[in-house]
Amino acid sequence: MRLPDLLQYAERSLRGAPTRSLLMLLAMSIGVASVILLTALGEGARRYVINEFEQLGTDLLIMLPGRNETTGGPPPLFGETPRDLTIDDALALLRHPSIRRVAPISVGNSPVSFGSREREVTIIGSTADFFPVRHVEVAIGRPLPQMPAERQLNVTVLGWRLKKELFSNQRALGAWVRIADRRFRVIGILDPAGESLGLDLGDMAVIPVASAQALFDNPSLFRVLIQARSKEEIETARKAALVTLRRRHDGVGDVTLITQDAMLSTFDRILRALTLTVAGIAGISLAVAGILIMNVMLVAVSQRVSEIGLLKALGGSERQVLRLFLAEAVMLAASGALLGLLLALVGMHLVNRLFTDFALIPPLWAAPAAVGVALATGLVFGVMPARRAARLDPVQALARR
Amino acid sequence: MIELEHVERDFEVGDEMVRALADVSLQIPPGDYLSVMGPSGSGKSTLLNVLGLLDRPSRGSYRLEGVETTTLEEEARAALRRQRIGFVFQAFHLVPRLTAAENVALPMVLAGVPPTERESRVREVLESLDLTDRAQHRPDQLSGGQRQRVAIGRAIVMHPALLLADEPTGNLDQHSGQEVIALLEQLNGEGITLVIVTHDASIGQRARRRVRMLDGHIHSDEQDHAPT
Ligand SMILES: Nc1ncnc2c1ncn2[C@@H]1O[C@H](COP(=O)(O)OP(=O)(O)OP(=O)(O)O)[C@@H](O)[C@H]1O
Ligand SMILES: [Mg+2]
Repeated sequence: MRLPDLLQYAERSLRGAPTRSLLMLLAMSIGVASVILLTALGEGARRYVINEFEQLGTDLLIMLPGRNETTGGPPPLFGETPRDLTIDDALALLRHPSIRRVAPISVGNSPVSFGSREREVTIIGSTADFFPVRHVEVAIGRPLPQMPAERQLNVTVLGWRLKKELFSNQRALGAWVRIADRRFRVIGILDPAGESLGLDLGDMAVIPVASAQALFDNPSLFRVLIQARSKEEIETARKAALVTLRRRHDGVGDVTLITQDAMLSTFDRILRALTLTVAGIAGISLAVAGILIMNVMLVAVSQRVSEIGLLKALGGSERQVLRLFLAEAVMLAASGALLGLLLALVGMHLVNRLFTDFALIPPLWAAPAAVGVALATGLVFGVMPARRAARLDPVQALARR
Repeated sequence: MIELEHVERDFEVGDEMVRALADVSLQIPPGDYLSVMGPSGSGKSTLLNVLGLLDRPSRGSYRLEGVETTTLEEEARAALRRQRIGFVFQAFHLVPRLTAAENVALPMVLAGVPPTERESRVREVLESLDLTDRAQHRPDQLSGGQRQRVAIGRAIVMHPALLLADEPTGNLDQHSGQEVIALLEQLNGEGITLVIVTHDASIGQRARRRVRMLDGHIHSDEQDHAPT
């Protein structure tokens, strides 16, 4: 039997049972489309996160108190509590030429009130350098002033949402707000444009780091943000920072330094795994579609017993009958896969139109993998019904009507 | 060209064995016209299925054109069916979704005959069957007699040597039945070996050679000696 004839015969058989074939097509196409769309979602999320990180700047190092076991070195023998990370520690880093800026950070939660309105927000204590280091700007007013980091000053830069909630449309600049039991003068409002992953510029207030330490009565810093002079010097800066801290802490390296790259690759790994997971889950729907194909083909075989007997009487061999029914199954799977591709394209187009700041981009492997799995499913689940057809006894098949 | 020697065919029904063919020996020379009659269950269809290589004898030998068929692989038997044997059934067995022309072409499709050649041969056959104007009709748009003629066209399109018809007029009225028999006899006149199983004595009597079956045996085998 010639291939075009085989395909044509299979196609006409499928058309002969349009409802069944269409339902099958639908199941397969939904499976394929969901694999592609879900992986596109995962991949889109991955790119989004990476993009956000890169906006933060790739010259950033983050120092936190305490040693992270994964950074190597023997774990402390008996519960050694890390030494406080102090403002002086942070400022000492500035002496190193590969380090351009340092922003000590102290964090706490506190109610902020103006008149009768009050909100509980994150209070960030830092210095003027916090703004350039984290690429944050003020929409109006000024950032924290340049001054010695140890100095307390009752001024604050409010998050944009906090400002709205406390002041509505009133003028906030120059007003006095109460943070915990102290009064602070509003000198600026954060610009929401600088928001990025892990940094919410809405519900926060920035105050000088010394004021924050006094407010929370906690001399230890939460983090020190370190900006290297350039991306290339980030490794030098990291080593220098470690050496400096070890010297200042009596030879104990009790801080952890995280580079953007390390965080980036962690997120990258997590999100890739996530993408694979959702792809796997969507793949289950392909398997379900495969079982449906098997079911449809079994019904087709039992409905066409006498036709199969006839084909054999006319000289069709077992192999030919097997091929005919396999071709039908694979054809169903293939057209389902094509339809699924189309669905996925339309779906992605719609999503990309509706949510302009988040792009659905399927990883390169998604479409071929989905289509390949669909075809393989059709083939695998088509074998059993096709075999059953091929093995029918022609005499009995013809006797049945 | 057909030689059956001590052919038997047993069917297992539960614990029992049903012997549908018992010690059947038969020789059919090329171009013969043979009718098989006998009561229901006497083994007529079984004999025809064995002759048509749809069924294998349990014992005995069946040589077709000198080839021992009982030991052939399924693939080779299918090839013989394709090339040498045509079937006509009581129930027509046309594929409902295919047109008359496509039904006739089906054996050639299975045999891998290229489309252009298929077309011309289908046209020839339909013309000889007076079905040219029905070529594009589907079976449900044809009368019983027309359907059986399409089925005959399908049976002969590969130019087989042997034409096997199992009660070809069983589903037809008198008139169409006679037309179909006339057509089969005409094909026999052109050289094809014809075996007809029938319950209709008037049809059975027309054959030059008449075999009667009883309980799986060949009960009688009459031959006209007048040459045609
Ligand atoms: N597949 C089968 N399984 C079991 N027994 C069978 C099978 N096919 C035929 N038989 C038995 O073999 C015997 C002969 O059957 P066959 O169909 O050849 O009879 P027949 O002469 O064609 O009858 P009819 O005139 O009714 O068509 C019957 O007893 C039948 O029951
Ligand atoms: Mg019968």
